[in-house]
Amino acid sequence: MDVLGRYEPLVDDPAAFRAACERPLPSVVRVNTIKATSERVRRAYDEAGVGYERVDWHDGLLRLEGGSPGNSWPYVHGWVYGQEEVSAVPAAVLDPEPGERVFDAAAAPGSKTTQLAALMDDTGLLAANDNNLGRLSALRSNAERCGVTNVVVTKQDARNFSLKPFGNEAFDRVLVDAPCSCEGTVRKNPDALDEWTLSHVEGIAGVQKGILKRAVEVTREGGTVVYSTCTFAPEENEAVLDFVLGERDCRLVEFDLPLDTSPGVTEWEGETFDPSVERAHRIYPHRNDTGGFFCAKLEVGA
Amino acid sequence: MTGNRPHVFERLPATAADREVEGRATREAVVDFWTGRYGLPAGAFEAYTFWEKGAGKVWAFAADLPAPADVEAVGMTFLRTRQEHWKPTTDAVQRFGREATRNAIELGPDEARRFLAGETQELPAWDGDWGYLIATHGIAGAIEPIGVGLYVHGELRSQVPKGRRRELG
Repeated sequence: MDVLGRYEPLVDDPAAFRAACERPLPSVVRVNTIKATSERVRRAYDEAGVGYERVDWHDGLLRLEGGSPGNSWPYVHGWVYGQEEVSAVPAAVLDPEPGERVFDAAAAPGSKTTQLAALMDDTGLLAANDNNLGRLSALRSNAERCGVTNVVVTKQDARNFSLKPFGNEAFDRVLVDAPCSCEGTVRKNPDALDEWTLSHVEGIAGVQKGILKRAVEVTREGGTVVYSTCTFAPEENEAVLDFVLGERDCRLVEFDLPLDTSPGVTEWEGETFDPSVERAHRIYPHRNDTGGFFCAKLEVGA
Repeated sequence: MTGNRPHVFERLPATAADREVEGRATREAVVDFWTGRYGLPAGAFEAYTFWEKGAGKVWAFAADLPAPADVEAVGMTFLRTRQEHWKPTTDAVQRFGREATRNAIELGPDEARRFLAGETQELPAWDGDWGYLIATHGIAGAIEPIGVGLYVHGELRSQVPKGRRRELG
């Protein structure tokens, strides 16, 4: 199955799209501002002779020259988190404020959770949930290494997430960085497409719909939900948004990204979606030399 | 007095007079431990709530919850109590130890690397207390805590957990 070929009708330059998907990605770290400044991390890398390049659209992202980011003092101190640069998009779009109540519905292994905690200055309440015990253990260890103290970790099925541990109070902001078919990570995991099947895409889309619907339910009136995936499949992106728009009181809002992106698609394989899904952003690997990503922002009620 | 229920998070009592669970550390004693032994400022933990889950494992949480049932973690693991000498966790020392003014031992570059690798090393020059020290080193213009070391008989025994040890070149 030529998985990437499915998306050629959607991209502006199919040859560049395919070529980018075959190139490996550089190793990128995000500065954890709970423990260090971007300046101090750069100074530590300078002292250690580790080469890096700053990512122009995000002050806290550094592309490292070679090596594994785990084997250095900045990692040991929890000053950095190894994270592909597009993966830093959804937490930045959710943009939580210090002191707020925030929910990360599918949190493990914790790249976005730790980024959310840093944006909140490690204050307020951050609920980080996942349903897989092994992945939760990685989440906990990453959060602790990053010095996160405002997090409550839960092991629930996000589709039926219970607010009981949180005093039955809704959240100000919710991130659904959904489990997905991960096509957009092909530059990092070249075998990401080997096991691809349409039935897996359709199955996981059902899970995504359930998670996003519940996320909207546990968000207060006027609150924000960000939905993101690392896949190109409209079944897992626009179709999921279209579903929740029909099921719950929420709407898609426009937002800017400091990257070259394409709007969400309103038609796919004979299906049409709510026109407002165009407000979502598609990030293709060849446009910014990154992984592939999808991100949408919703306002609840109001 | 009732017994500890090691599988649930329960709030530390404010003081010994409020204690309902036998042997449970109090909030007052936990704060005194950090401010007394390590010289952290008195207000360092004002915004925090403290919880026990597991035998003597104390968690520090930047927020509060009415009753955190059915959760896996509340903030970070912070301190081991219910043993003769209380022991801070590596993560707590890294998060809060920068403000330590006592019982923090600054290591040179080679000593810091050996400490991170989990080694025990002779450091007879230390003239402070024995027991659990905060091991630090200078990096990028300031001192930064690495983890906990047990100092006895002229040697510093690294307490860096196995999964966190590294051999840095």
